[in-house]
Amino acid sequence: MMPIIEVAGLWTQFGEHIVHRDLNLTVMPGEIVSLVGGSGSGKTTLMRQILGLEQPSRGTVKVFGIPLQGSSAQMVQKIRKRWGVLFQEGALYSALSVYDNIALPLRELRAFDEDFINDMVMLKLDMVDIERRHAAKMPADLSGGMIKRIALARALVLEPELVFLDEPTAGLDPDRSESFVKLIRSLHQKLNLTVVMVTHDLDTLVSLSDKIAVLAEQKLIVYGSLREAIAVKHPFILSFFLGERGLRALSAADALANLDSRT
Amino acid sequence: MTTNNTQQAPAPAILDPQVTEGRSGEGLLVAKLSGAWDIRSLEARAKPLKARLQLLSADSGRHWDLSPIQRLDHIGALLLWQAWGKRRPAQLLLAPGHEIFFSNLDSAAGAAPEVPFDPWGLVRGLGARMLHTSEHLTGMVRLIGQILIDSFELLRHPLRGPWREISASVFRVGTQALGITALVGFLIGVVLSYLSAEQLKAFGANAFIVNLLGMGIIRELGPVIAAVLVAGRSGSAITAQLGVMRVTEELDALSVMGIPHTVRLILPKIVALAIAMPLLVLWTSGIALIGGALAANAQLGISVNSFLSGLPAAVPTVNVWLAMGKGVVFGALIALVACHFGLRVQPNTESLGIGTTNSVVTSITAVIIADSIFAVVFSDVGMAFL
Repeated sequence: MMPIIEVAGLWTQFGEHIVHRDLNLTVMPGEIVSLVGGSGSGKTTLMRQILGLEQPSRGTVKVFGIPLQGSSAQMVQKIRKRWGVLFQEGALYSALSVYDNIALPLRELRAFDEDFINDMVMLKLDMVDIERRHAAKMPADLSGGMIKRIALARALVLEPELVFLDEPTAGLDPDRSESFVKLIRSLHQKLNLTVVMVTHDLDTLVSLSDKIAVLAEQKLIVYGSLREAIAVKHPFILSFFLGERGLRALSAADALANLDSRT
Repeated sequence: MTTNNTQQAPAPAILDPQVTEGRSGEGLLVAKLSGAWDIRSLEARAKPLKARLQLLSADSGRHWDLSPIQRLDHIGALLLWQAWGKRRPAQLLLAPGHEIFFSNLDSAAGAAPEVPFDPWGLVRGLGARMLHTSEHLTGMVRLIGQILIDSFELLRHPLRGPWREISASVFRVGTQALGITALVGFLIGVVLSYLSAEQLKAFGANAFIVNLLGMGIIRELGPVIAAVLVAGRSGSAITAQLGVMRVTEELDALSVMGIPHTVRLILPKIVALAIAMPLLVLWTSGIALIGGALAANAQLGISVNSFLSGLPAAVPTVNVWLAMGKGVVFGALIALVACHFGLRVQPNTESLGIGTTNSVVTSITAVIIADSIFAVVFSDVGMAFL
């Protein structure tokens, strides 16, 4: 099986400051991988490098088996149509209505008529549980949770195989963030997506991830399941997962798992 | 063939979407679809395929066999469903994993909520514009009032004034504008001098170039050119800065800290422009006169020295004071308009663009209007009668 993302020997350096030292990461199809790490550990930088928004100092990033560095612009353009990105603040175009935001990538293809685009937009709005009456609204009139959902609909409109989520639940209240996690999980099951996310939210992390990539000391100190990650004795892991907050999230997850197995 | 081709190794070749017509064993019409019906394959051929499918679906009794499809996504499903006339055909065979793509299509049908037609739209629009304009005017009056109150406060406690902000603004709107105003002023002086020299030569009135340029530049052109440049340069910057501060909630942050933004942000800009503008006016006029003198020397043979020594006689000194007064008024106007529009920016990118454009257009218009008022009010002042 061909990996979807392959990061090999990646170095990132800002002047004297080294962010990543010889970092390797492989994501297989259908996985949900979470990038975690303290602030300044380079999670977002890594994601931006995988997205081709920033250039690593050294090393290669391959997405769908195609190297981002040194490929032709058309090749990279093709990759970009196959992934969807949910930015932290949603990054909806504030000059466009909700409807036009979602329709934009489809219109850009110039392959489908307006009737088709209309139905597709409605389908995606249904998919993320946004009522149709919001379609004509402008992003400035929406709440943070709705902006995230609509941004997700926009990210999914071109039927991507790979989805990047930057802090998907940051800024949402616990209730909303739980329903957002559910939404992502159900979409992952339905559409067979590969998901890469950056998150600080332990609940999201525990309930969604298949694999956790812990960034610390300029490299991945662990890359594996939650159990494997917790087993590693590292100060960051100890404080992040096994601190009071972490234990609470983990025990909640355990309780949930027990409940599931009993029913 | 199973549906999940990405999970298989080695993956079978993905074929283009294909439609085969035929008859089943019982003689029924059958359309068999195979290949990949996903966005990647449909992107290039959606329209012809849809037309073909629509043709086929005209036979309502046709059987549709979709089970050989290798890949399907919502785009493919929607294309098929639309070709079927937005419903599922009675005879449909699907691969098990593909059912999900059709499951929520029926609910997706239906148009976006339409904006109802408003027969009074035009009238309503006109009314809204008028209200909008009056709102601008009241907003402006309120801002001026607030600034006056702040200025009195400043006079009572001069030590607590935003002096550092004022000096920074003077540097930004004044010192940094010296280059561009000099360049434009010089070129305008040269152009004017050349044009007038041609005409004056025809009447043999060469010496009057000093009066013409001196009066024109010092009294009118210098202040207006400097004001237009400053409006484009600093007015837009002020609007954009305040607008971005609104977008990033910095203005609100100032308010909740109890720091009135009129004192910290707006008053310094108005004071700074009122200080810097008259100086810029002098500078622009001076450079324009030098440009004019050089051109007159080249065109009419009037030496630069005699041009400059002829100036005091041609242009009474009161004109310089008038020009500086205009500078003060224009500067304050530009800053006021720019701040007014900056504070009204809504937290979105489009509003920022519109606000900045409106700010520059309005401030230049305001400057021209003020200039014509000056021209009427001071029509008897500073004229040199020969």
